[in-house]
Amino acid sequence: MAIVDLSFEVEPGRIKSIIGPNGAGKTTLFNLITGVHPVSGGQIVFQGKDITHQKPHYGAGIGISRTFQTIELFGNMNVLENIMVGCHSRFKSGLLASGLRLPRMKKEEAEIYENSMKLLGRVGLSSKAQLPASSLPLGEQKTLEILRALATEPQLLLLDEPAAGLNESETDGMSELIYSIRDQGITILLVEHDMRLIMKVSDEIVVVNYGQKIAEGPPDVVQSDSLVIEAYLGGEIDYA
Amino acid sequence: MGRKNYFKLLSLSIAVAVLPFFIRGDYYLSVLVFMGLNGLIVMGLSLLMGYAGQISLGHAAFYGIGAYCTGVLTTHFGFSIYLSFLAGIILSVLVAIIVGIPALRLKGHYLAVATLGIGEIVFIIFNEWMKYTGGPSGLSNIPGVHLGNFQFNSSFRFYYLVWGINLLALFFSLNLIHSRVGRALRSMHGSETAASAMGVNLSFLKIQVFVLSAVYASVAGSLYAHFVSFISPNNFGLMVSVMFLMMGVIGGIHNIWGALLGASLLTFLPEYLRVFNQYDILVYGAILLAILLFMPEGILEGTPVLIRKLFRQRKT
Repeated sequence: MAIVDLSFEVEPGRIKSIIGPNGAGKTTLFNLITGVHPVSGGQIVFQGKDITHQKPHYGAGIGISRTFQTIELFGNMNVLENIMVGCHSRFKSGLLASGLRLPRMKKEEAEIYENSMKLLGRVGLSSKAQLPASSLPLGEQKTLEILRALATEPQLLLLDEPAAGLNESETDGMSELIYSIRDQGITILLVEHDMRLIMKVSDEIVVVNYGQKIAEGPPDVVQSDSLVIEAYLGGEIDYA
Repeated sequence: MGRKNYFKLLSLSIAVAVLPFFIRGDYYLSVLVFMGLNGLIVMGLSLLMGYAGQISLGHAAFYGIGAYCTGVLTTHFGFSIYLSFLAGIILSVLVAIIVGIPALRLKGHYLAVATLGIGEIVFIIFNEWMKYTGGPSGLSNIPGVHLGNFQFNSSFRFYYLVWGINLLALFFSLNLIHSRVGRALRSMHGSETAASAMGVNLSFLKIQVFVLSAVYASVAGSLYAHFVSFISPNNFGLMVSVMFLMMGVIGGIHNIWGALLGASLLTFLPEYLRVFNQYDILVYGAILLAILLFMPEGILEGTPVLIRKLFRQRKT
């Protein structure tokens, strides 16, 4: 699970993918970037700022957001509220302002509601706004997680296996969503096992094995790298 | 908060306003006063446990701090009740912060253990600091509450004072629940990992809501002291904390209305059980057990579910 020797850069506005066999350290990498795990060595820099030792809740405020490999929706809340929580870091009303329902808070609430509904409308989920988040089918739960992350208005979005468990048409929908996020100018760091999706959407790929980088480059270059082929069961990769 | 909640709050306020006119005798009015006080505390517990997912086993400590602070300051030091109320709140906030900061920064139910400890410590202080608290025999002659020249010197008047404060707290809580902060509280309960990824500062928020619930309990304690004019450590022991917890769980702690309902029912229940004479405790226990077994989500949300279940069985 540990990251041993891994160094790369992500250019703004592009889609960079991290691939590698199970246990290569991909999710660990996300957890290091977002401060969930403490970093024991090395440096993480975001827009020229050292964020190596920040707390988990810090990222959302400076423009880093993420989704999770195993779905981490708020199962006790409805679809709309899940996205509204995503707006948390962009607003200020505290305990007293909220409890006393000050005008400032009311204005913020209206804005949060509007923003969230707009995001739901973007993927045609508006009609399900009031349903419990846990009642959605898997594909929509994955989408909802991405919307929730988008609600923080990130500049960098970390997607951890957004297509895992999705069927082919759902995966196509997912790649459309990923493109539209990129076109919005958001930088994407993608971890995924679905090679078809990876090869299609990535501008650049980093291949990791045992916590080390073994290759980096555009999809076609990485595909023909012998070390990469070796890492994937020593055989050929099926890019079908 | 939505229109539905405003309507409920308004209905409750009207009910509260007219209820005393249908009740005869000071005794039942005083039961209603206790109902309001317990409701206030359990509301705070509901925010802490039901919404934020943190357990407190020592809320009677804050109830006691509020009561003793105002009691000692008014009887021994001649403080005005406004100042002594405020002192109780400040002391509760300080204690909550001191207990909460180390306990709530950790993941898991450390708060439960820490509050169990603070409950015991506070209980011992009430018992042993004889000079001011009167020790086990209690503190008496606590003056009544007044607002300017108006004395809250009857159960009837005190009832309106307590329920006025209770409804204000309910208004505050409902606003809070349906706000950015309230959603953050609930999100934390749903998934701490995801909540912090969305920028929710977990430990800060947990401490905030813990302090808020301590303030509710402290205000209730201060009101209690001035209402009954006599307090002793036994009013604030571990069993009282458990009792508050029970009220929340029975009514439905995941919903502030459920918490209020639970507090009301369990305050009144012992009065009804008088008919069983010495077996009342037994019946009381059996009722609680039955509710927990058949409606684990509490009466408020459990009743419709149970009715539906019974109905379905009869059909088939």
